[in-house]
Amino acid sequence: MQATGGYQPVFTGDRRARLDEIRARYPTKRAALLPALWIVQEAHGWISDAAMAEVAETLDLTAAYVKGVVTFYTMYHQHPVGRHFIQVCGTTPCNLCGAEGVIHAFLTHTGCRELGATSPDGRFTVVEVECLGACGFATPVLIDDDFIESVTPEGVPGLLQRYP
Amino acid sequence: MGYPHRPHPKETVVLSQYFGDADARTYAGWVKRGGYAALQRALGMKPGEVVDLVKASGLRGRGGAGFPTGMKWSFMPREKTKPHYLCCNADESEPGTFKDREIMRWTPHALLEGCAIAMHAIQAEVGYIYIRGEFTEPIRIMQAALDEAHREGVLGANALGSGRPLDIWIHRGAGAYICGEETALMNSIEGRRGNPRIRPPFPAQAGVFGLPTTVNNVETLTSVPAIVTQGAEWYQKLSLSNPKSAGTKLFSVCGHVARPGNYEVTMGFPLKDLVYDLAGLRPGRTLKACQPGGSSVPILNREESEACLLDYEGCVAQGTMLGSGGLIVFDDTADMVYQIMRLARFYAHESCAQCTQCREGTGWTVRILERILSGKGAMSDLDLLLDVGEQMTGKTICVLSDSCAVPVVSGIRKFRGEFEAYITGARKPVLAVA
Repeated sequence: MQATGGYQPVFTGDRRARLDEIRARYPTKRAALLPALWIVQEAHGWISDAAMAEVAETLDLTAAYVKGVVTFYTMYHQHPVGRHFIQVCGTTPCNLCGAEGVIHAFLTHTGCRELGATSPDGRFTVVEVECLGACGFATPVLIDDDFIESVTPEGVPGLLQRYP
Repeated sequence: MGYPHRPHPKETVVLSQYFGDADARTYAGWVKRGGYAALQRALGMKPGEVVDLVKASGLRGRGGAGFPTGMKWSFMPREKTKPHYLCCNADESEPGTFKDREIMRWTPHALLEGCAIAMHAIQAEVGYIYIRGEFTEPIRIMQAALDEAHREGVLGANALGSGRPLDIWIHRGAGAYICGEETALMNSIEGRRGNPRIRPPFPAQAGVFGLPTTVNNVETLTSVPAIVTQGAEWYQKLSLSNPKSAGTKLFSVCGHVARPGNYEVTMGFPLKDLVYDLAGLRPGRTLKACQPGGSSVPILNREESEACLLDYEGCVAQGTMLGSGGLIVFDDTADMVYQIMRLARFYAHESCAQCTQCREGTGWTVRILERILSGKGAMSDLDLLLDVGEQMTGKTICVLSDSCAVPVVSGIRKFRGEFEAYITGARKPVLAVA
């Protein structure tokens, strides 16, 4: 496959080996699609059209099919995001415990003017997500791969300092 | 255990015995605590015998549907002519529910053991644990436990020296509540959009990759090892009132409570004791409502909550369902209309969009509720919501659609006054909608 516009292929070397090992777990190549997309996102931070084309070719799927899957699942980024991606739960059990105040605190202290936007310095993107499965530890927040429990509005500035 | 609090004397600690005990996560720690003895015993039994044992125990699915587990296993072909699969549903996304996460992060080997026993019972050699993508810590911990289990020969080509291969893999989700629906989960494993399937065919006939498959919840599978070592009768006796609901259940108590957490009690435990006694309300507050089984079960008012016994039949008797056991508590400060709107937004966000009633109905429900909350609602909106709810019920490929209608319909029925207050202007709007 020709690399166009500076795209760096993901599935070479170790990552190729990882994907091959994953493929062996399933009777079809298609079943390695979600794992493959995670590997792409770990490598590049997001999943571009070019990446989808590479994944498609690697797994004998069409790029259109891959795009259909990428667009279904909310955790796959279809565009670049801030250096740190912040997901705050807002569903009812957390809502009862003040989640909206936590969301507001994140928007304020990150400099992101609205949900889904990246801060001007490129450091943060904040989104509100649905139930994170930690309702007894309201309000839970995912920052990158760190799952943080019991976040309060007052605790937000200190928490953000851990993510330069 | 009312984890993260100390166990309350009224709890019956079985599954949650080692919550908070980091040593129990390791293979060595698990074996020290009696781990993998159940798997050893099960591997010495015939698959059919294991199925009969679980049937006799009365274990029912703990993910939400409450289907008898032994019966589900018995649907798998007795004579194996093609590969069989087990899928462990660790997609835990039902609002109010946070028990499977605790099981995975504190007793990962207990889940592996339950999966392996189930795989033996249904004659599967491969099992997938479908863990929702957001559960980064459980994924890390389960992967570490899997690596240990392989190193120690518990899993792999020759599981525990039995001569049988048992392989378990983690399949990471990527953000979709609907993938907790068993057929959508299977589609997601196959590398597809998480759209539920029409049934029949059922998973036991044509599941993942068109092959016989059983899908079970994390808590269900984790309940299996103790049944193997202690017997069906022991499990049956763990019930306070009703023989049709056996064993213990983890209740994820959350919302307006003083001590939120996972409480393990026997089936039939009074809801009012769980809320008033074990978890406790916040100081000075009174109970307004609760949903005992996650956001998809009918809302109970205070009287119903106080009368409710927490087992499958007890909840049905109060007009609700045990569901996942995600107990959401609303005290007197809760704005029922706002919270129901927020639930509707959840379902609208999570709809896979296959079925018109769900795709459109969840959206309409949100917009009507937002209209009411912004002071622009009319009394006819309540009839409209009930009408839309009826059209969303019993008419779609899966029950996400019904689940959206449930809190709306039960909310209007039991808290109509709160809706009317926004409509008449007795209560000031809390939303600004264009």
